[in-house]
Amino acid sequence: MPLWTLFGLTQGKATTPWPGQSPRNINDGQDNLLGMPRFKPERCETGCAECAAVCPTGAITVQPDQSGKDRLEVDYGRCVVCQLCVETCPNDAANTSFDWAFGVRERSDLVLNAAVTPGIDAKAPAESRNGFRRSLHIRHVDAGSCNGCESELQALNNPFYNLHRLGIFFTPSPRFADLLLVTGPVTYAMRDPLHRAYEAMPEPRWVMAYGTCAVSGGIARDGYACGSGLDGILPVDLYLPGCPPNPAAIIEALLMFLDRVPQRAQGGRLGE
Amino acid sequence: MSDIEILRIDQARLADEVARTIAEGGRMQMAYAWYPNPGQIELRYVASRTDSGTAHHNFTVWKTSPRGEVQSLASVSPLLGWYEREISDLFGVKFVGQPEPFSLVLHQGTAPPLPPLHPSYPADVAMPFKPGLTAFPEIENEDVQRLPFGPVRADVVESVELVFLYVGEHILHLNPQLFFKHRGMEKRFEGRSLAYGVVLAERVSGVGSFAHALAFCQAAEQAAGCVVPQRARMLRSLLAELERLYNHLHYLGHLAHTTTLKVGEAEGKLLEERAKQINARLTGSRFLRGMLIPGGLRHDLTPKPWLSDALETLREEIARYTAQLEGTNSHLDRLITTGVLKRQAAFDQGATGPIERASGIDRDLRRDHPYAGYGDLSIVVPVKNSGDAHAREQVRVAEIDTSIAMIQRLLLLLPDGPVRATCAPPPLSEGLGWAESPRGSLYYALHFGDDGILSRVKIKSPSFSNWRVFPFTVHDSNMMDYAINEASFGLTVAGCDR
Repeated sequence: MPLWTLFGLTQGKATTPWPGQSPRNINDGQDNLLGMPRFKPERCETGCAECAAVCPTGAITVQPDQSGKDRLEVDYGRCVVCQLCVETCPNDAANTSFDWAFGVRERSDLVLNAAVTPGIDAKAPAESRNGFRRSLHIRHVDAGSCNGCESELQALNNPFYNLHRLGIFFTPSPRFADLLLVTGPVTYAMRDPLHRAYEAMPEPRWVMAYGTCAVSGGIARDGYACGSGLDGILPVDLYLPGCPPNPAAIIEALLMFLDRVPQRAQGGRLGE
Repeated sequence: MSDIEILRIDQARLADEVARTIAEGGRMQMAYAWYPNPGQIELRYVASRTDSGTAHHNFTVWKTSPRGEVQSLASVSPLLGWYEREISDLFGVKFVGQPEPFSLVLHQGTAPPLPPLHPSYPADVAMPFKPGLTAFPEIENEDVQRLPFGPVRADVVESVELVFLYVGEHILHLNPQLFFKHRGMEKRFEGRSLAYGVVLAERVSGVGSFAHALAFCQAAEQAAGCVVPQRARMLRSLLAELERLYNHLHYLGHLAHTTTLKVGEAEGKLLEERAKQINARLTGSRFLRGMLIPGGLRHDLTPKPWLSDALETLREEIARYTAQLEGTNSHLDRLITTGVLKRQAAFDQGATGPIERASGIDRDLRRDHPYAGYGDLSIVVPVKNSGDAHAREQVRVAEIDTSIAMIQRLLLLLPDGPVRATCAPPPLSEGLGWAESPRGSLYYALHFGDDGILSRVKIKSPSFSNWRVFPFTVHDSNMMDYAINEASFGLTVAGCDR
């Protein structure tokens, strides 16, 4: 008869020391994970149109600037991290990055905007979440995902990430939930169950659009059976694009939501 | 590659041909519809057959152009029932003699002006929808209780509504209401390029990203008649086995969760995490995305020298873990004799992958219809006969072993060379691609238009097959075992609903 407790104990501690006071080179489990590309719109003088045409979700568009030249515009809220632009865009206008997916409070902070300097324009949260900073209960609703997002959400409770240690829990009932975490583009059949889950939550209640599908519809945007994400369906307090967002990025976004770490990205760029 | 013969057949002769194929040991794999031109619909029936003389496996595709109503084949091959209902919903074809004449994919209350996969239905117009009541068995006895569970269920799980009819602990009937997550993925491929198609295929079922993209690419390669370089073919098999590995480890952790083995759950999910981190280290994606393109791989990989050692370390831990599971009475007690799927039901209703192999059906696309690098490997196919939850677990445990052994073998055999060839399907061509995903057989049927871009893509996912089978193991069982039985099937909803 196996002794599971002993088996567990002899395995030692599996949980990553991240995020803590430890140095940055600790194993956070995200090694070599490709993130959303970084763009240098000014480098794309010719061939911008190819760059936009290859993007499956319309995250990259081309608009003429004041001088009439083509200028790349990027909406990270639509990016599905397929890396096709990195292979196509000329003159290194799009570059591979290992950036984690970034969570933001305002949808506009996912749109690349050279006028915004990251780290300076960080807005304070509109309301105080003081009563919730140490403990948060999340109700997850799958509104038509590909199951990639669920796979990473399930990973949060494995011993490596061990979400519980941060005071964040998934709860079975919306009655006990503070945050509604939604995945998927919101299919026609899930719209009603999603509303009912939201209505069942006590106030104060918040909503998180998790993954590019929930943020903007992603690859499933506007088909015969799909919508274009949560905007216009529920009031969204936290956006985290990614396809799917990596586990550490989810943790970071949730801590940001609880004002325990600052928002890293403004104007579609990360503060260093 | 296996041979594929495409035969035109008169609708009236189809039932006899299907019956004869099954009598000779063949099996229907899927049926779908498409429009070769806007005015004419065509039905396709795909069967796998084995030539008894040469033991050679091949596929037969029958095509028929229906006029008016079509005779249902569900009484000849029951697994076709769901395909017919899907065709009815999405193409508006009526089947006569269909034993379950209800909508399947589209929920009650949808009112599309045209069937959504009709060529004239625009790509970006939502169907009008008002939630309605779904077809459900009538209950006469007042002691029978009805329990609707879902679509939003406890825990972080996918959306599906399970409606139980039960008395006390005893489940009389389970009606899974699926397709809440139907995104209309097949239509999204229409009019798109191949590179775009791969990105879509990778996002049909997230935990089957690689198998989906692989079947898609192989279908395009068949249409184009292009040859994938040997290094790319072997790396494809290697990546496909890495996908099986993390999926099966997740499965074990989740199964241990349902039998309330807390440490067993934690260990299984930790091993899954390790496997996913290996995926990221190798490809940059925890889901092995962004690697495939028709013609080969998007870029080369460097699995040497580290991958072999990393997997050997993982293998030793997995062996210790699975030995623990297999020695835990409280775990085994809940699995043995739970959710028995008889061989005949598994065959008739279309069970696939570890589910059919746990019910005594010895089939595996990697061996029977080799693709990618599998033709150069000897493939061990674990088969069990008891058909219960324990057999389904044992098959997966054995597959983990064979997967790692195959990866190690591939690393030894891996030649140098290019990983990508040009591949452009000619106008009006078509191709059938397949892959043995972690959950079973996966098919992509591709049709190209006269401009050489995708005009119709049919996806047959393993979970579509296994969800059809699953309720047969739930009827007449008890509530206490339900969660364990469901976990033992390892179903995804996204793959089924598309």
